[in-house]
Parts: sequence; C-alpha cells; structure tokens
Amino acid sequence: MLSRMICLPPPDAAILARKAKILSGLRAMLDAADVIDDELLLRAYETDALTAYRQRPLAVVLPHTTAEVAAVLRYAHREGLNIVPRGAGTSLSGGAVPTADAIVVGMGRFNRILEIDYEDRCVVAQSGVTNLAISQAVAERNFFYAPDPSSQIACTIGGNVAENSGGVHCLKYGLTTHNVLGVELVTPQGEILRLGGRHLDAGHYDLLGLITGSEGLLGIVTEVTVRILPKPQTARAVLIGFATAEGASACVADVIAAGIIPAGLEMMDGPAIRAAEDFVHAGYPLDVDAVLIVELDGPRAEVEELIGRVTGIAGRHGATCCRVSADEAERLRFWAGRKAAFPAVGRISPDYLCMDGSIPRHRLAPVLRAITELSRRHGLRVANVFHAGDGNLHPLILYDANRPGELERAEAFGADILRLCVDAGGVLTGEHGVGIEKRDLMTYQFGPTDLTVQHRIKHVFDPQVRFNPGKVFPTLSRCSEQGREHVHSASVRHAGLPRF
Amino acid sequence: MDGFRPHSEAELAQLLSAPGPAFELRAGGTKRGVGRPVRAPLLDLSALRGIVDYQPGELVLTARPATPLAEIETLLEAQQQRLAFEPPDAAVLGSAGQQTLGGVLMANSSGSRRVTAGAARDHFLGLRAVNGRGEPFGGGGRVVKNVTGFDLPKALAGSWGTLAALTEVTVRVVPAAETESTLLFDAASVDAAVNLCSRALGSMFEVSCAAFLPDRGVAVRLEGLRSSVQSRSTGLLAALGRSAQAVLQAKDSWQLWRRIAGAEALTGCRVIWRLAVPPRQAARILDDIAPDVFQLDWGGGLIWLGSAQLDAQRVRGALRGGHATLIRATEAERSANAVFEPQAPAIAALAARFKAAFDPDDRLNPGRMS
Repeated sequence: MLSRMICLPPPDAAILARKAKILSGLRAMLDAADVIDDELLLRAYETDALTAYRQRPLAVVLPHTTAEVAAVLRYAHREGLNIVPRGAGTSLSGGAVPTADAIVVGMGRFNRILEIDYEDRCVVAQSGVTNLAISQAVAERNFFYAPDPSSQIACTIGGNVAENSGGVHCLKYGLTTHNVLGVELVTPQGEILRLGGRHLDAGHYDLLGLITGSEGLLGIVTEVTVRILPKPQTARAVLIGFATAEGASACVADVIAAGIIPAGLEMMDGPAIRAAEDFVHAGYPLDVDAVLIVELDGPRAEVEELIGRVTGIAGRHGATCCRVSADEAERLRFWAGRKAAFPAVGRISPDYLCMDGSIPRHRLAPVLRAITELSRRHGLRVANVFHAGDGNLHPLILYDANRPGELERAEAFGADILRLCVDAGGVLTGEHGVGIEKRDLMTYQFGPTDLTVQHRIKHVFDPQVRFNPGKVFPTLSRCSEQGREHVHSASVRHAGLPRF
Repeated sequence: MDGFRPHSEAELAQLLSAPGPAFELRAGGTKRGVGRPVRAPLLDLSALRGIVDYQPGELVLTARPATPLAEIETLLEAQQQRLAFEPPDAAVLGSAGQQTLGGVLMANSSGSRRVTAGAARDHFLGLRAVNGRGEPFGGGGRVVKNVTGFDLPKALAGSWGTLAALTEVTVRVVPAAETESTLLFDAASVDAAVNLCSRALGSMFEVSCAAFLPDRGVAVRLEGLRSSVQSRSTGLLAALGRSAQAVLQAKDSWQLWRRIAGAEALTGCRVIWRLAVPPRQAARILDDIAPDVFQLDWGGGLIWLGSAQLDAQRVRGALRGGHATLIRATEAERSANAVFEPQAPAIAALAARFKAAFDPDDRLNPGRMS
C-alpha cells in the first residue's frame, strides 16, 4: 500500500483488466519461471530502499538476454504497458517503486562480467553485476572501479548508471558519469542501441551522458563498459575534532582552497558523533561539536606531505584534536564510525528521514546554522552526517512515527531543508536521485521552461511516457510537497547495508 | 541589439522566438571550419562575455560563454587553479581569433589530460541557454555534486551550437599542479609505444598524460607536488624497467604538452582527421590508413592524422568502434563528406528527434552536424 504522502499515477483499469492476456503474452516470449505474478513473490518487488512507499506491480519479468529485454519492451510498446526497470532495488529515492499496472523488468540475471581489458583499462559487464564485483574482479592486478556508493555490495552497475551514483570518494574520482565509457541500451520501443564503447567521448550528441543519471526514464541498460583505475599506492586518514561546526566548515574550505583534493572529506556533527561512538566505539572525541575525516590517497611521498598541510590547516582553525591513522586498521576504524552513522542514529530514534541536498561549500556554516534553527522551530532533533568536501549534506531528521503529528512535522522540516539548500545556491539531490521522493519539489529548483525542456527529452525517447511512470517530474497526481527517505526501525530494507 | 548581436539572454530569446532566418552561431569563430558549412546569416554571440562569479575556494567558475578562454586561464592562474581538461590551443584549426569558453564546451574540446582528468563535458556543471524555439532555460547547477533532473550540460557539450545558444556556463576548476615533468622514451613501433603508454597509465604513479610523437618517442607526464613528482618519476622508471631518453621539467614539459594537445606537428597538413579509438587498435588503424603524418595522445586513444588526400572511406573504414572527425578540409570537401562520424540508423533517428526537441525549425547551425 502506498503511503499517503506521495502519489503514483493511478493504474490504468483497462490494463489491469487485461492482466491474464498480458501474462500469457509475456510467457510466450520468456520461460515460465521468468514471469512472476504470484502475489507473495511480487512482494519482493513492491518497494526499494525508500520503504515508506510500496506498490505491487502487475507482473515482474526476469530476462536473461538483451534479445529477451528487447522482446518484452517491443511487446509492452505494442500493448501500451508501463515498464519499471529494476536493478538491486537499493534506490534511496523510490526510483524502482512500481505502479500497479506496470511490468517490472528485473535485471538480476544479467550478472556476468564479460571482459576485463587491462591494456585499455576497462571492464565490460552486464548491467546486473554489482558495483563491488567489478572492483573485486580487477583487484588481483591492483585496479579498482572508482565510484563507491554505500550500497556497493548490493547495488548494480546498471542501477549506478541510472542514478549516476557517487560515494565517499567522488570528490577526487568523480561520479558514475565520469567513469562510464559505453552502454548497450534497449529503448522503450525495443530497439537495441550501443552508445560509446571503449573509446573516449561521443562522436555526435552525447546520448551516453544523457542516459547516465536519467533514473530509468529513457530505456533499460543491459551492458556497461567502465574505466578502471590503478589502486593508489597508499591511503591514510586524518580524524580532526572541532569545538564548533563553524571551525570544521572553515577548515574544509581552507583545505580545498589550499589546492588539496582529498579522496574523501567527511563531516559529522555532535549528535551524529555521539550516536556513532556509542554504536561502534571508533574512538571519536566526545567533547567536540564536529569531526572531519580527511582521507588522502596516492603516491606515498605526496600523501605524507599533504597530511602535514592538512594538519597545519586544522591547527590554524582551532582543532581540539587531530589524529593521523598509523596503519590500515586505524584508517578503517576512523571510517567505521562514519559508515555506521545512519544505523547509529537509527538506534537513538525510532524513525528518521534522510535528506540529500547539495550546496556550495562556502555556505556550509550558515546552512548548518539554519538547519539548527529549523530543528528548534519544528521541535525535532537532527543529526548531520555528510560529504563536506563536495557540499553534499545528509541531515537525518529524528522523529517517532507513533507520536501523533510527528511524522508530518518531520516532513515539513525535511522540505524546509531542501528549500534551504536550493536557496543557498544548491540543488535538491546530490546523489540519491529525485525518484518519487523529491519529485514534487522539482518546481522549487526549476522553472516551468527548464522542466519543459527536460520533458521534451523524455518524449524523444519515450513518446508514450510509459517508462518508470511517476518518477522525477511533478505530475498531475501530485498530492504532497515532500521529499525524503523515510526509515522506520521495523521496516528497513537492506538494513545490513552501510549508508553514507 | 545591433544587427544580430544580442547583448543579453533576453535579447537573444527575443530574436529566436520571433519568426526569422536560421543562423550560424559565432563567438570567437575559431571553430567555424569544423562541421558542414553552415549557409545562414551570422548570429554574433561575442557580446555575451564576462565573468559572472568566481570563488577560488569553491572550485567553481561561472562566466558568460563568449568570455575568451585566455582571460579565464589568466584569472585561474593567479589563484593557482586551472581547467582540469586543459583545452587545446585552436591554432591547428587554422583560423584566427580567440577561442571562448562557450566554444570549447560546445566542441567538448579537451587536451592531453582528458585520459585521466576527464573531458570538457565532465567539468561542465551548469548552464543557461536559449534554444531554437527562443526559450531561455537552465540546467545542471553551480555545485559539483548534482543528480537533479537530466544532465543538460552533457547533452549540450559537443553539440556544436546545433541545439541551443549558451548564455551562461558554470565549470568546475581544480588546483594547478605545483610542478610537472615529462619523461621521453624511444619506441620501436606504434604497438610498442601504445603498450608503454598503457603500462604507464596503469601504474600507481599517477601519470596524467601519455602520448606518442614519431619524432620524439613516447612522452609520459607527471604532475603534482615537487617531492611527489620526483619520487614518482623514479618509481615509474623502475616499474617500467626503462630509463628515459630525456626528461623535460616544468615550463619545458608544459610547452611540449601544449604542442601535443594543439597537434602542432600537423599544422602543415592540408587535411587533418581526429580519431577517438580503443587504444590497442591504434597500431592496426594506422597500418590500414597509412597517413603522411600522425601522432597519438590519450595513451593511444586519440589519433591525429594529417595527409594531402581526404581518404574519407579509408579513414572511416579502418574504425572498429570509436569515431573520426574531419578537423581540416576545404569547404567543398566538408560539403560533400560527413565531418562527424555517421551514426547507426536507430541512433541517427534518435539524434534527429533530440535536435528537434530543442530546435524544431532547424534555426541553429543548420546542417552542421549532418
């Protein structure tokens, strides 16, 4: 059942009425085991990592080959059926939540790495291969695939392309879009296209760049070619404590201004530090209001020198403690608290909403102050955990859904934070995607013409508007102005995945 | 507005929303020789210039598109910053004038560092523009991390002014390297050269560029802190099991890469092609084409060809993946031959609909990419 907060487009009654015919049509082109309509089995596909929103689809298909995907999409095109592409279902913005009249195309069976090419430094993988599996496959030769979203043990490379996924290291290594060389794409009409390849740049319009981050609105990616990088010689982390968030923010600005691009530059505020320390005992200082984790990687000589510069800058901004990881175990311990921050906050509050706004770095301190003020005004606690180096905030709003009115207050608080980010010169989402979650706030960031231009691009690929309906763009069925990941301790999907 | 020379986004929108002719878009004019000749009155965008916002600590710069690239590079240099994609000098295109930031983005023009630091499109964060319907619109943003809506900067990068006229652009900038150094190696064959480039780029020593010039050999570039560049050079030589024939430091190194990215070795050639290919195919492709002059950049992934003859069929016939762009040829040759790589029919149909979504009446650089 869908939450009352965000509406998906109402199902087409005529499609629901043709269900039996549609199922037999799908079974004519796929093995019986690859077409799912059993109500119990369908439950696995009714939501993603935005668990507040659930809707059982009409059916799920699990194709094995690109030809099967194309056959299903041609059939759906002919029959006028809605399609919802799905990787591992780890979207934090509801990108894979179906409508009741949709066919979910699950890409889980596209799980093979097709080729590893060390000479041209790329990997060709089917789109259902997990992000981490690519790095693991090339680890023997000391290579890695750079984007590392927190769900990397589960999320698929095809899903990464759809969401343009980031991670803690994108400050230095870029997002998915900077690391994808080519895709095989099946269009909503069932045509198979190859965009890009093992070469660099497009020879014509950059349709590959457009597909990346298009949230499953333009087609289904069946194969991905990514570039791989040699692993850095060494990586070390510095844990720095500050009496105030202002001090930490100023330190972040000065590290960047000093010409240093850390591999990761993360910040946690007082409530997040204490929750994380209680949970994983990472050795964080408890007498501070902010910590930074600065990770530097690369050639040993360079990392040594940069650590000296970073600790110097921290000292000038009144750091109350500054520890440099002595070995790999200590580096991982510094990260343990950060990576456990979301579940740690989950322990101190029955529920939380996770926001994902992105702002110019120099606005960190004033935006944090404004969030604190909003917290007072809405009467709800907030913990801040975020990618400070690239200005990507993840405020966690703490509330208890069992207390009347608190969920509504949390929602209002969350929407205020996203508006605050846009007002500060930022954007609604830095890495989680718009999905259904922030869809209705799009009009706050974009003007009507901006959205019209984007709508037209959607229509170029999908003139019948049947692909991933109800996502990204505000629709007539809009029924709220909210935007958040809603997590209740009892219903967290992929609870074992770290979130950062 | 004087003639077709708008001074603001509003004037440009007014011009394009009223019925009127198709236009050839021009700001610096350095890239007019690329693409099929456009037979239409000039739309002079050169008044849309000037820095809008630059905060060095933010590593982001917003400017109007006709701002000369040289002006931006000077501004960045004063803050020890630069454009990571190191746009190449436009002299090889054989036209006078100053290239502009907007022109560089519309051509997705990247230098030697593209292979490790990304292309112009990868550093293009946000834009305002007016499409062929005369509608002013925006896309992307002014922050480095943004997945809100379709990635319009990527959609417009490399579109050669056929979708919209830019009115404001935001690009990411990066800290400049403290110093740089280039190691030069002999190579017995193109295959050996590409192999050496691959090993250097695949090493842990953070090589930023790798190229092959037949008369100089393989060039490998290291950039960063002084101490780091030195120790990485030593480490790289040990890993490759080679000694360098020559080492260029600082300014000398920088100048070599300026010449490589600008394909200076080809400036005397009548016809110039630029091929983006999978690096390990470079040797076979060069065998198949047998050009008069060539050089490799991007570790073998970018081939510059120079010759007296056009040889379009031979050049395009040699590709197995990748694309070839005709960079220099006569107007008659550019009229008679596809300048950009012909696309598979299904993709060409999609691209045509994509163009029509922005410019349904074909008023912006008509025919240039056909």
